[in-house]
Amino acid sequence: MNTTFPRLLRDHAQSRPADTALREKEYGIWQSISWATLFTQVNHLAHGFHLAGLQRGDHVVVVGANRPRLYAAMLAVQALGGVPIPLYQDAVATEYVFPINNAEVRFAVAENQEQVDKLLDIQPDCDSLTHIYYDDPRGLRNYKQAGLFSLSALVHEGENAAAQAPGFLSAQIDACQPDDVAAMFFTSGTTGNPKGVVHTHRSLLDRAQAGADFDHLTHREEVLAYMPLAWIGQNIFSYAQWLYCGYVVNCPESAETITIDLKEVGPTYYFAPPRVFEGLLTNVMIRMEDASPLKRRMFQFFMKVARDYGPKRMDGQAIGLWGRLLYGLGTMLVYGPLRNNLGFSRVRVGYTAGEAIGPDLFTFYRSIGINLKQLYGSTETAVFVCLQPDNQARADTVGVPCAGVEIKVADNGEILVKSAGLLKGYYKNPEATAEVLTADGWYHTSDAGFLDVHGHLKIIDRVKDVGRIQGGANDGAMFAPKYVENKLKFFQYIKEAVAYGDGRDKVCVMINIDFDAVGNWAERRNLPYAGYTDLAQKPEVYQLVLDCVEKVNADLAADKLLAGSQISRFLVLHKELDADDGELTRTNKVRRGFIADKYSVLVTALYDGLTQQYIETAVKFEDGRSGSVSATLRLMDAKTFAPVGQAA
Amino acid sequence: MSKHIGEVILDVHHISLSFGGVKALADISFNVREHEIRAIIGPNGAGKSSMLNCINGVYTPQQGSITFRGQTFSHMDSHQVAVMGVARTFQNLALFKGMSVLDNIMTGRNLRMKSNLFMQALRWGPAEREEIQHRQRVEEIIDFLEIQPYRKTPVGQLPYGLQKRVDLGRALALEPQMLLLDEPMAGMNVEEKQDMCRFILDVNDEFGTTVVLIEHDMGVVMDISDRVVVLDYGKKIGDGTPDEVRNNPEVISAYLGTGH
Repeated sequence: MNTTFPRLLRDHAQSRPADTALREKEYGIWQSISWATLFTQVNHLAHGFHLAGLQRGDHVVVVGANRPRLYAAMLAVQALGGVPIPLYQDAVATEYVFPINNAEVRFAVAENQEQVDKLLDIQPDCDSLTHIYYDDPRGLRNYKQAGLFSLSALVHEGENAAAQAPGFLSAQIDACQPDDVAAMFFTSGTTGNPKGVVHTHRSLLDRAQAGADFDHLTHREEVLAYMPLAWIGQNIFSYAQWLYCGYVVNCPESAETITIDLKEVGPTYYFAPPRVFEGLLTNVMIRMEDASPLKRRMFQFFMKVARDYGPKRMDGQAIGLWGRLLYGLGTMLVYGPLRNNLGFSRVRVGYTAGEAIGPDLFTFYRSIGINLKQLYGSTETAVFVCLQPDNQARADTVGVPCAGVEIKVADNGEILVKSAGLLKGYYKNPEATAEVLTADGWYHTSDAGFLDVHGHLKIIDRVKDVGRIQGGANDGAMFAPKYVENKLKFFQYIKEAVAYGDGRDKVCVMINIDFDAVGNWAERRNLPYAGYTDLAQKPEVYQLVLDCVEKVNADLAADKLLAGSQISRFLVLHKELDADDGELTRTNKVRRGFIADKYSVLVTALYDGLTQQYIETAVKFEDGRSGSVSATLRLMDAKTFAPVGQAA
Repeated sequence: MSKHIGEVILDVHHISLSFGGVKALADISFNVREHEIRAIIGPNGAGKSSMLNCINGVYTPQQGSITFRGQTFSHMDSHQVAVMGVARTFQNLALFKGMSVLDNIMTGRNLRMKSNLFMQALRWGPAEREEIQHRQRVEEIIDFLEIQPYRKTPVGQLPYGLQKRVDLGRALALEPQMLLLDEPMAGMNVEEKQDMCRFILDVNDEFGTTVVLIEHDMGVVMDISDRVVVLDYGKKIGDGTPDEVRNNPEVISAYLGTGH
């Protein structure tokens, strides 16, 4: 792609000015913004930023949800040759300090008072940060800090300037080259400081194009933008591909109204990490349990029909007349209304990425006729590495390499990638860049996996996490913690799991129950509980979790490679693992090492064979206050199975 | 705070109210200035709600008078009060439980609708245009109170804290100059109280609405009020800024008790 984001915007504004570019629900109505209006807004903002002293190559932090004006601000910055850095809007203020100082950020654009407060809080630690702009003025009228401005004021100043210099923006856009840096994404990183991943217009747009061509996306798609902009997935789907294809991006009214907005918009192109699909399914299941017996039976009957015929249908295989009839009836009575209720009636292409998805979950969506697929990629590869073709979606692989991607598997099992979408490097961090990007152009993903017989990529775990059991009955067996954790997490009752076993004689896990699912389960059994900690420690809940653990063990026993990773002991944690406490990354991945340190008494207790252990944990609340939770946890043994096909 | 507190707009003059032998209010006088947040506090049964009901025209005091914006009344008429721009919320929530949040707040616009029931039912003539205008105002309130996810939810299904917010929304729909809040924070958890405080401060700050609120919870009141009146057994025992009131010995004894 020999173009840039601002040039694409200009093209759309010229060739189809009246078409809708963005929609935002405000005051209960979906307000449309056309490409021409957006271009004008970008023009004014660009003039404003220019007057305020934004220089070519300057970094501009953007914090906030998906709001049209934040999109416009990013485009304006890019038009001037600046580099937007979207940051996670739900991160605590101190997490912004490093990126801002690292990238010597002078300008920040914040969505609202909440984000402004955070930026003002850390401003003393960030000498370079001099200009903070806000979109929503609510609650900010009494803020008198120097250097705090409203975007509206900036637009207004820019408007006057634009009238006097009509050719300015176009000249600036022409000056911005495809190989210039387009954006920077800070990866949350499980250890150490985050790293700024630098992408050019060319690298982002090359991948945006590859993905769009693969699924034949057009300007008629509708997308709902609700994930953080700081996540490259969101950025590709609702920014890079938006500008490449010219489809409509819809911004929800607020974070709480997403399920309503989803229904109203009816996106045709949809993507979400597995946990969103899981949440939606859990909701459906909970509501189904409350439905009348007749409806429940009908649902169960047709879900069985869906399981029998749905996947075949999606994969384009032949189904008998009886099956077609039953499935057709099911569509009328169950699947159709269900799809509509989930907001998926019009989904043509749906993707899940970021984490492994449970086979049951994946099959559920495909069986009711939603074209859900998986893809593989990361921030460093601008997302698209592997994609599943429409008729070949499987739960345990992530698809075939897409156009422009070369893949090879290194001797240690690591997957190496070469494409035009690779990062330019980590910002101001040549050592880290050299570690992942070799001179011959291969990017080291640090994921272990292999290409299966059909040419589909299968991921096992992070290379560095794949370990060996030492001592005990399974001495020397391969241990893949994430593989085990994911198998556990596929049960609706288990929200998170952390597995240990590398260099130890057996595998032990710490488990987080899903409060909604287990809470509902308990209520149905008239099991009283006084909150998360109490519920987690109920003997009945332990029995429930034990069942899940033993099912996983039975499953693992059938796996040649990983039979030794069966779980010997487990416990249920008394608090939810939380990104605010540093236990999860901002993308909700468990930080195994950090958790092992924080809960070292529990890990020791698991391996020492104790049956209970007292623990007190400090917790940080969302508003920054801290408190503590304490509990005496029970530790339990689980049954393991002899590997299938071998004598016990 | 940078807000400008103006002239006295409500002056309560020697009000006495009794129900048979029970003296609910005895010779109470105080005033409210424009744009301020004025709290009426006191223990249970102190006469706080009765005071509000006198201002609101629900009760007619036996003695005394109330001056609102230069007009003096010996008795306030509820309808008249609403027309003059005074709205209120209720301690025990008087919402229409089966109606949606949107419809509940829409009822607050009733006074400002010109078309009659008949026209509205048939969406005849200007009725539809009018409804759109009012809906717009209601949507602004929904946005302001951050209750967008519950727009279409029947009020009865909402948690209590949110119902309180809807109650406030309906009062705001009147676009009042003065807002009477009857225990807006009663029965709420800490987080809900903080939210409600923020909304009250925002209403006061952004719309310049004068707020008279009754509250039980001393802590909350002291934080957000400009001036506080303290009642006890129908008598006024304190009046002044939160700090003055906090150090008033009579107030301390009413709240904490003293050794006799």
